[in-house]
Amino acid sequence: MATAPLYAKPRRVGRTHWVGAVFVAPAALYLVVFQLFPVLYGLALSFTEYSPLSRSAPRVVGLANYAALLHDSDFGKALWVTGKYVLLVLPLTVLIALGLALLANRPFRGVGFFRSALYVPHIVSLTVVAMVWLWMYSPDGLFNHWLDGLGLPGQRWLLDQDTALAAASAMRIWKALGSNMVLLLAGLQGIPRDLYEAASVDGAGWWHKFRYVTLPGLRPMLTYVVAMDIIFLAQGFAEIFVLTQGGPLGSTTTVNYLVYTEAFQYNSFGSASAMAFVLFALIVSFSAVAVRGVAGRKS
Amino acid sequence: MTALAPPPVHVRHVSRRRSRPRSRALNVTVLAVATVLVLIPFLWVISLSFTPTRDAFGEPRLFPADPTLSNYATAVVDADLGRAFLNSAILTVVAVVTNVALATAAGYAFALLPFRGSRVLFYGLVSTAAIPASVTLIPLFLMAKQFPLAGGNDLMGVGGSGLLDSLGGVLLPYVVTPMNIFLARQYFAATSPDLSEAARLDGAGEFRIFWRIHLPLARPLVAVVAIFSFTGVWDDFLWPLVVTSSPQNQTVQLALARFLSTGNVQYGPLMAGAVLVTLPVLAVFLFNQRAFVSGLTDGSVKG
Repeated sequence: MATAPLYAKPRRVGRTHWVGAVFVAPAALYLVVFQLFPVLYGLALSFTEYSPLSRSAPRVVGLANYAALLHDSDFGKALWVTGKYVLLVLPLTVLIALGLALLANRPFRGVGFFRSALYVPHIVSLTVVAMVWLWMYSPDGLFNHWLDGLGLPGQRWLLDQDTALAAASAMRIWKALGSNMVLLLAGLQGIPRDLYEAASVDGAGWWHKFRYVTLPGLRPMLTYVVAMDIIFLAQGFAEIFVLTQGGPLGSTTTVNYLVYTEAFQYNSFGSASAMAFVLFALIVSFSAVAVRGVAGRKS
Repeated sequence: MTALAPPPVHVRHVSRRRSRPRSRALNVTVLAVATVLVLIPFLWVISLSFTPTRDAFGEPRLFPADPTLSNYATAVVDADLGRAFLNSAILTVVAVVTNVALATAAGYAFALLPFRGSRVLFYGLVSTAAIPASVTLIPLFLMAKQFPLAGGNDLMGVGGSGLLDSLGGVLLPYVVTPMNIFLARQYFAATSPDLSEAARLDGAGEFRIFWRIHLPLARPLVAVVAIFSFTGVWDDFLWPLVVTSSPQNQTVQLALARFLSTGNVQYGPLMAGAVLVTLPVLAVFLFNQRAFVSGLTDGSVKG
């Protein structure tokens, strides 16, 4: 997702280098073939019925896959699960990350250590992180051990359909904090210091500075962070694969997990493609809404 | 709205406010608590990886009674980690080389050798970064399967398994990523074109100018592109899961996941494997923290 800064004017306007096209060609052609073309291919597949195991070519069925999704309770549930997952993880992650970024923005001895340490979960792969939390949530894992120490009964965490998604969300918040914090920290450091100086001269207190200097200055980065989080969270797969395989009773089956099973366990490529495109459309529209909401036109 | 006064002309000591010891202490305390909470799971991973299997299901203890290395041996042997490491290493080395070569060349041209339509093309390419992996997953799988002249396929891509279940197949989406092109353009847009002009006067060709002058000077960029390609490939899970099937083609993440799903979970060996798989990425991070952070933030808006 590129929210690129303004494109700098090419230097030496009027002169064009045909040789530039030669430099760009290999990367551009590769991306067109292996990134753009697959999107069109996938869209075409979503209007067909096709199993990779059969010898026959894809059979065109028009909008039938999409129509079927309207009545597909599993898909509806997966959409709901995915939405809940994003809503559980996103606000808490951004709020906690913002708090930590504000704390880590003040220079003091050892602040670098905290910044790095908090970033570590972002470096570790989602698969590994999920395995660690799988143990912590296991019946005789860390969390129940702690509860036991407090004299409380152990919980079933990932084994209970009422708590499994929340448990997965807690893991994801823990993982996403660091990258959110580092981005927001960069945003904070981009706010001109003299704005704060000026606010101090005006006698602005802590809250006023936050409300009228920090938040407006942070808005572009906050927008970017929220959009990125939506895009990544809505694609949750590896953590679900490791933690719950979509269970119990589908309570953690995200759309992406459903796409995977539909395609690679039930071999219905057409219907799985339709699901993927519905998710794609929803991600695009929700991140657009979020961008407008956060970017706002309040100044 | 507070009306902001113009900044004072003479600021004697910029931003050296009276440090308020109490708020400073609170600051550090909150950060320290957060850091401990974030690091606790890692401490337990390391602890479990040294805990003998027979103790793993008893009371969890942060300091195992008689630490052992047997979990590491079990993980390497039973999960076939050696092979997986080799596969992941091959994939990351190739992806780093192709990304450094192709993405920096493209970014360089977008920044310093603009041509008709280059702006539109740049935005078009970079916007593909927002395409979810699940959208291209199925088509890419079929493209790998129908890859001409591979895995027993004829020129039309029929007859065999193509690139399925091969390292070449796993590599397909990694060869060049739009994010790296974006980072390269950002980097070169901030460099001086005078270098090129001087070399042009000396009669050097454009390719030579890029290869001999700009690329050697762009070490920070190369580091960022290399690191991002490395972690992206090393940590990816869904694509290798779909495109490979046999153990001899699996990546490190897949090897761990397979190991996990074989019957009873043995947390000791599993965590030992997790430690081994995470070490390379962690090492790269510890030695290049600045590149990590700049890669993350340069790829975003400047607040």
